[in-house]
Amino acid sequence: MAYSDKVIDHYENPRNVGALDKDAADVGTGMVGAPACGDVMRLQIKVSPNGVIEDAKFKTYGCGSAIASSSLVTEWMKGKTLDQALEIKNSQIAEELALPPVKIHCSVLAEDAIKAAIEDYKTKQSK
Amino acid sequence: MSKPIYLDYAATTPVDPRVAEKMCSFLTLDSGHFGNPASRSHSFGWEAEQAVEEARKQVAALVNCDPKEIVWTSGATESDNLAVKGVAEFYAKKGKHIITSKTEHKAVLDTCRHLERFGYEITYLQPELDGMIDLAKLEAAMRPDTILVSIMHVNNEIGVIQDIAAIGELTRSRGILFHVDAAQSAGKVPIDLDKLKVDLMSFSAHKCYGPKGIGALYVRRKPRVRLEAQMHGGGHERGMRSGTLPTHQIVGMGEAFRIAREEMAQENERIRMLRDRLLKGVQNIEEVYVNGDMERRVPHNLNISFNYVEGESLMMALRDLAVSSGSACTSASLEPSYVLRAIGRPDELAHSSLRFSIGRYTTEQDIDRAVELIHQKISKLRELSPLWDMYKEGIDLSSVQWSAH
Repeated sequence: MAYSDKVIDHYENPRNVGALDKDAADVGTGMVGAPACGDVMRLQIKVSPNGVIEDAKFKTYGCGSAIASSSLVTEWMKGKTLDQALEIKNSQIAEELALPPVKIHCSVLAEDAIKAAIEDYKTKQSK
Repeated sequence: MSKPIYLDYAATTPVDPRVAEKMCSFLTLDSGHFGNPASRSHSFGWEAEQAVEEARKQVAALVNCDPKEIVWTSGATESDNLAVKGVAEFYAKKGKHIITSKTEHKAVLDTCRHLERFGYEITYLQPELDGMIDLAKLEAAMRPDTILVSIMHVNNEIGVIQDIAAIGELTRSRGILFHVDAAQSAGKVPIDLDKLKVDLMSFSAHKCYGPKGIGALYVRRKPRVRLEAQMHGGGHERGMRSGTLPTHQIVGMGEAFRIAREEMAQENERIRMLRDRLLKGVQNIEEVYVNGDMERRVPHNLNISFNYVEGESLMMALRDLAVSSGSACTSASLEPSYVLRAIGRPDELAHSSLRFSIGRYTTEQDIDRAVELIHQKISKLRELSPLWDMYKEGIDLSSVQWSAH
């Protein structure tokens, strides 16, 4: 399968690979997917007191498109408020990376990861 | 950009230059050998026929059968179709039960599925964890109305060699016909059809340094095996497969099988040495699993799962190597390999597998470069893998509640 240049770029030079302290109060962690399905994304965000995403890190087990999708969303999330980040849609990710139909589920997973990370942060804050 | 290192000989092989040269002499007017082998009225036809019969002898010689038992087809897929459908239709009055295995090639599995729509009953045997068919389970599946057992000789993904001699004993004593898909074994494993109780055997030229688009089906004469033809027309190949014989293709297959017969033993040793070098080179990576039995296996195949790394991203990383992913992610389906699943590999290991297949033109340098690349890329992808992190933290991945999607 031919990958788009953007997928190859993110795959070759993934942005923001790594981990944040999952126990910290200002960090939200989203882990979505399953090894049996061939994709697992872990997306983490560090949120400032005024609700802006200061930092984002990811690690992904999956195909090139899954790695590129998660790398891309870490770039997009940084500097956004939580509400702005929640507006990122899988269709935007798929369009930016020119994902073929068979790889759309990678962008869906990335959107799910954003939601899961934000929800985890919010749950921690409400405690 | 230099070409990738070819380690996908189980998918197809390059044509041996000796084969290509011979084929070329059967195409043009100048070569004089372009005739239709079925033309009986002039020397062009006679010469072509002679070449076809010579090739038939060469194919028969590799597997020790009578040349009259070889029927030319377009490849192993057609041979499988002809064998399974041909027997099913001819012997339908005797019974409508067929036994095969879950790790067969799709050419057999899909043909069986097709027959199910016409009232045939198929038993799909589950192989053991090492990929082998349990003979006791096979025997238990046999019924009075069983007409055919179809089991491949060598599996295309994991390279394990089934005990077709023992299976033949079980089928022959019960009057059940036995078909063997030998696409992956001819030229790699010695085959003696005089001794084996095999009734039908499928061959392919392009897995054995011959051209694509040509294959053969062995159809036993003693005891006689009957088939309903699947391709009707001029009654070629004793009515079993009509269609003008492609002389150049046939000559190519004959030459490829002649070379295989003469060089197989020596070549196998060299290839086994390279395969073991590859295995030794990657075995020191953590969490690496070989799929399929290592003893009862063809020398050119190595199927490995690199745990916590997804196969398609690994292939992308290893684009300087031409290998195939056990997981079928590159095709439209996102299912992991049905063969690895059938031998009980967990889905995540099936998703992490690569098949390396080595051949006539693989060098030691190729293998060393492959080992170096695999080490590099596995560690890069594990750096990226949340599963690797969890494994390193000592988390049991099977205890995690995953959100399946």
